Amino acid sequence: MLKLVKRSDMNTKRAFIIRASAVFLALIISACFILLLGHNPLEVYIALIDGAFGSWYRIQDTITIAIPLIITSLGILIAFKMKFWNIGAEGQICMGAFLASYFALSFNHLPKPLLLLIMFFGGIIGGGLWALIPAYLKVRFGTNETIITLMLNYIAIKWVTYLQYGPWKDPDSMGFPKIADFTDNALLPEVFGIHIGWIIAIALVIIVYLFIHHTKMGYEVSVVGESQDTARYGGINVKQIILKALFISGGLCGIVGMIQASGVDGTLSVDITSGYGYTAIITTWLSGLNSAVIIPVCVLFAALTKGSSFIQISFMIPQSAAEILQSMILFFVLGSELFIRYRIERRKAKKEVY
Amino acid sequence: MDISFFTAAVVAGMPLLFATLGEIMTERSGHLNLGVEGMMLMGAVAGFGAGFYTSNPLIALLAAALVGALGALIYGFLTITLKTNQVVTGLTLTIFGTGLSSFLGQSFIGEKMPDRIITFFTPIKIPLLSEIPVVGPILFSQDVFIYMGYVITLILGFYLYRTRFGLNLRSIGENPSVADTVGIHVDLYKYVHVLLGGALCGLGGAYLSIVDVPQWTEGITAGRGWIAIALVIFSGWNPYKAILAAFVFGGLNILGFRIQHLNISQSLLDALPYLATIIILVVSSMRNSSKQSPPANLGNAYFREER
Repeated sequence: MLKLVKRSDMNTKRAFIIRASAVFLALIISACFILLLGHNPLEVYIALIDGAFGSWYRIQDTITIAIPLIITSLGILIAFKMKFWNIGAEGQICMGAFLASYFALSFNHLPKPLLLLIMFFGGIIGGGLWALIPAYLKVRFGTNETIITLMLNYIAIKWVTYLQYGPWKDPDSMGFPKIADFTDNALLPEVFGIHIGWIIAIALVIIVYLFIHHTKMGYEVSVVGESQDTARYGGINVKQIILKALFISGGLCGIVGMIQASGVDGTLSVDITSGYGYTAIITTWLSGLNSAVIIPVCVLFAALTKGSSFIQISFMIPQSAAEILQSMILFFVLGSELFIRYRIERRKAKKEVY
Repeated sequence: MDISFFTAAVVAGMPLLFATLGEIMTERSGHLNLGVEGMMLMGAVAGFGAGFYTSNPLIALLAAALVGALGALIYGFLTITLKTNQVVTGLTLTIFGTGLSSFLGQSFIGEKMPDRIITFFTPIKIPLLSEIPVVGPILFSQDVFIYMGYVITLILGFYLYRTRFGLNLRSIGENPSVADTVGIHVDLYKYVHVLLGGALCGLGGAYLSIVDVPQWTEGITAGRGWIAIALVIFSGWNPYKAILAAFVFGGLNILGFRIQHLNISQSLLDALPYLATIIILVVSSMRNSSKQSPPANLGNAYFREER
């Protein structure tokens, strides 16, 4: 018989080794999968890396994908810290993009810096308010937030679809259901050939890190996540913290909506989220709810996404393979947590004394 | 509202019913599996693929159930044996199932279900029962899959409330360590019911790709897996109530098509079931009676050593 013993001797280095071997194992299993499809896994992996980092142009693309992932992960992280299972990032991105686009389309006479600033806060408010709905229902009625946030995703997407096919349809697009392109003063400027979202992302990582580790509210968020009873006993207004934190969580996702609309697509469309809201759940968890680790994890995942769209052409392996690989990596890392928290011992046969 | 509306509502409710029953079994064992959507998609693609290649309806059903259970096995191994966080594991299973199904389904896009299967699942009138006014045409002039749904509901209800196994299962959901003490094999029960739950979810997805649509399209379940999880709460973890809940939601799906002439935008009508799910969840949380509460140990990993 095997038996689990809680361990306290786990240091960061060994934990890292265990997690890294889990990722490695996931890659090996995926390699078997690729082999089954009739390709050489080594070639595919090399092509994947080449597709993601092979040229400055590809690196730019990879970073462009990493930006929304990083910021969304930060948003999800704040909710997950409280064990509030916010899987509504998709919807929050949508609603952030919606409000930012509203300003972009109706105030396009404003000077660029002012308009962008208004759009930025529009994004925060759009996403933040959308996240407040499940938060309010949770603190008021104890409603399950996982399903509510998810339902709100679908509703937000239907809302943008409605705008795109209805009231916001561009009359100049000759019947094609699309929303008008933003004017130039509503577009994010570029630095080193990448829209300035990357600077915003880095700044937000630092801000969120400081928020969690060096502010009273950040501390309270962590305590609420550890135990609501402890928090209440310690005099923390749990309901208020949940509401505030969720506004921040959704607000961060809303920023992503603004950045994607203004920096990448140049307009609002149904495809604005590109599934980042779901991938970010994985990256958030993989980063161990640590804002500093989010950057490398998200760049890795962005590389996986960019790289697999590259191998799609050369090996005819569809893009969805990236999703499979990503979830596989998380499965293995999740499974490996047991070996970080527990030691497995052989249960000794009971010796009879008499 | 005419009879055809309700008949269509039953059809639309069927995938929800299977998934809801599956999740009830899973949650009764104390496991919250948020991978329903993923398992449904895996079942849908497996059911379509098996049906497409073999033209055999039974093999199609079997494949869907098996693949659904396979998805649940991943979840089960991680959460039962390796004691991972159930929420995150379930979410990942959904992402995995979505990716896998669209990966495997690529070659099926635009393909048609073989006629033999389409004929097998054409509505059959049950003698006598189908002649009951109103209820007959609605409930008993349907396809075999739907009758299977009724039977499974009855069997699960009986199993849960009238058999020893069902009693054991419920006690595991409430308090696994007590169940363990009286000699119930907790992990075995958990595995069996998590797998059973996955199989039912797989069948629920397959109803869409084999009977309802019947075609393979990416993301064919369109969030039904999540609605099913909400319906579990709504039905108070009771299979009999689940069938009712599924039909009501089936009706809601159909309603969207029926009131198109009212000149409301289709995309806003499409949002209706999701909005209704939210309302139902809020109402069931407000009710909050003790009979409605979830299994006490839902979501917690069971460590024998920490007993």
